[in-house]
Amino acid sequence: MLAEKYQDHIADLLARYPVKRSALLPLLNLAQKEEGYVSESAMKEIAEILDLTPPQVYETATFYTMFNMNPIGKFHVQICKSLMCGLVGSDPLIQWVQQRLGVGPGQTTSDRLFTLSVVECLGSCGTGPMMQVNDDYYERLSEERVGRIFDELKETGNSSLKSGPFMVPEPISR
Amino acid sequence: MPTHEKILLKNMDQPGYTGSLKDYEAVGGYQALRRVMKELAPADLIDIVKQSGLRGRGGAGFPTGVKWSFIPKDYTGPKYLCCNADESEPGTFKDRQLMERDPHQVLEGIAIACQAIGAETAYIYIRGEFRLGAKILEHAIDEARQARYLGENVLSSGVPIQVYVHAGAGAYICGEETALLESLEGKRGMPRVKPPFPATHGLYQKPTVVNNVETLANLPHIVTRGADWFASIGSPPKSTGTRIFCLSGHVKQPGNYEVPMGITFRELIYEHAGGMRGEKPLKAFIPGGASASFLTEAHLDVKLDFESVAQAGSMLGSGGVTVMEEGTSMVWAALRLMEFFYHESCGKCTPCREGSSWLVQVLQRIVDRRGRMEDLQVLADLCQNIVGRTVCAFGDAEIAPIVGTLQYWRNEYEDLIRESTAISTTSKELPVLALNS
Repeated sequence: MLAEKYQDHIADLLARYPVKRSALLPLLNLAQKEEGYVSESAMKEIAEILDLTPPQVYETATFYTMFNMNPIGKFHVQICKSLMCGLVGSDPLIQWVQQRLGVGPGQTTSDRLFTLSVVECLGSCGTGPMMQVNDDYYERLSEERVGRIFDELKETGNSSLKSGPFMVPEPISR
Repeated sequence: MPTHEKILLKNMDQPGYTGSLKDYEAVGGYQALRRVMKELAPADLIDIVKQSGLRGRGGAGFPTGVKWSFIPKDYTGPKYLCCNADESEPGTFKDRQLMERDPHQVLEGIAIACQAIGAETAYIYIRGEFRLGAKILEHAIDEARQARYLGENVLSSGVPIQVYVHAGAGAYICGEETALLESLEGKRGMPRVKPPFPATHGLYQKPTVVNNVETLANLPHIVTRGADWFASIGSPPKSTGTRIFCLSGHVKQPGNYEVPMGITFRELIYEHAGGMRGEKPLKAFIPGGASASFLTEAHLDVKLDFESVAQAGSMLGSGGVTVMEEGTSMVWAALRLMEFFYHESCGKCTPCREGSSWLVQVLQRIVDRRGRMEDLQVLADLCQNIVGRTVCAFGDAEIAPIVGTLQYWRNEYEDLIRESTAISTTSKELPVLALNS
């Protein structure tokens, strides 16, 4: 249950808004962080916390594409296919990733490690092709780099190739 | 290459600058806020920003000071500031850099805007995918609270300014200001019918101002260096200051470039971004995010200011400049953007919801060599029936890629359709309008 485990965090969230319902997206985010997706029981619990009906929570949750309504793999691989990434090679990369993982968009590998999504613009157009894996951005991708990222994630659960704070182009050092 | 003084990206260009409170204070950070809290009356502050000519950097380009002045003066209840950090316009990635590299510059701008309109609470609505940016902002808010630049009693003035980060969850439309407010209220992010405008009936139906990240980041500099200084930069009187332009696509060095408004696309693309990445010449560019109509190499000498780009038949929009080289299929490019708009249409207004789906289908079949010449009229017709018929500007935006490409590269559409002659013109697989009957 979220309410017990995150009592202080939820109290802090509720204190930020004069209207309880405003905490709905933050709580859905919390629920997803906890379970990897937004479960029915989590939505019922959130409804109770916010004095809403479960359908009010459901209708809001389903509007936002970042909420997974079904369980997904340990790593959610989201590759951008919008025009700006498309211009610099996201299409062949997406093909390659599908072959490498052996799954298509919306599918999860049989070991439950990777779920692949092909998504619209993630706001990283100067460093395409790019993808997001769970909370992290990975930019200026090539087949070789994606391969390394998948290997590292598999082995350690983390990857050294994730992006830090954004700075492109690099400042000229004189 | 002519060098221009940077304003917003200046701090982070210093070697070793981390964006911490200590670093920001060392370059004069929060001095503007001190001045605002001690010496400037809100009305004077609004006047300064009006005189500076600062216009919104999110896309619409509305004068910031004028927007603030719509907040009812005699209203005594709660008022709100929302910092629009949704940055979801394809081709745009400047706010991300401002937030991740120099978060206090944004926070100082937020505090100044709060004081101008008399808001005690500000929400930073950041797109859900920017987890790192949200984390960095949260940390910066903690720092600023401890140093009393934010919090219950800002700089011992007795004025409270609370700032909270509120993450979205993956909906482009939440960058539209009223959809942002709906989303912040915990609802589906669907734009509201205007009027009433947010200035009187915004968040929780209270007076609210929504300003873009880059707009707010300019405020400390305007307060410190004055309205006249700011108004002298760029392309006065209507496009003052610098803009951060986001270069993407087939240029040698994509990235964010802060330049004064009024330089030409040629200078931006060939001198700042290093020109084209390969041998192929430039074929087309999008001047201001996916919602701006395509332009051609004939427009390279158009100036980067609001009026000049509008005159050329497009818009400066969010500052996302996407460059395409010779050989890029314009029909494919239009389809890609159309798929985005179809995916992101919130579904409130029928012309946009149904029209975007229909436009994708027609474009897809043309690209798949299953098109018919009548399809060109269908496309034009659909566009005409979307524009101006929706609650928000999304409808006008989504047709931009098609209108622009049809205007300049109609032959590419026709060539693809000519390759489709083997397909029966009476195919029933997708609906075709009977025209000219």
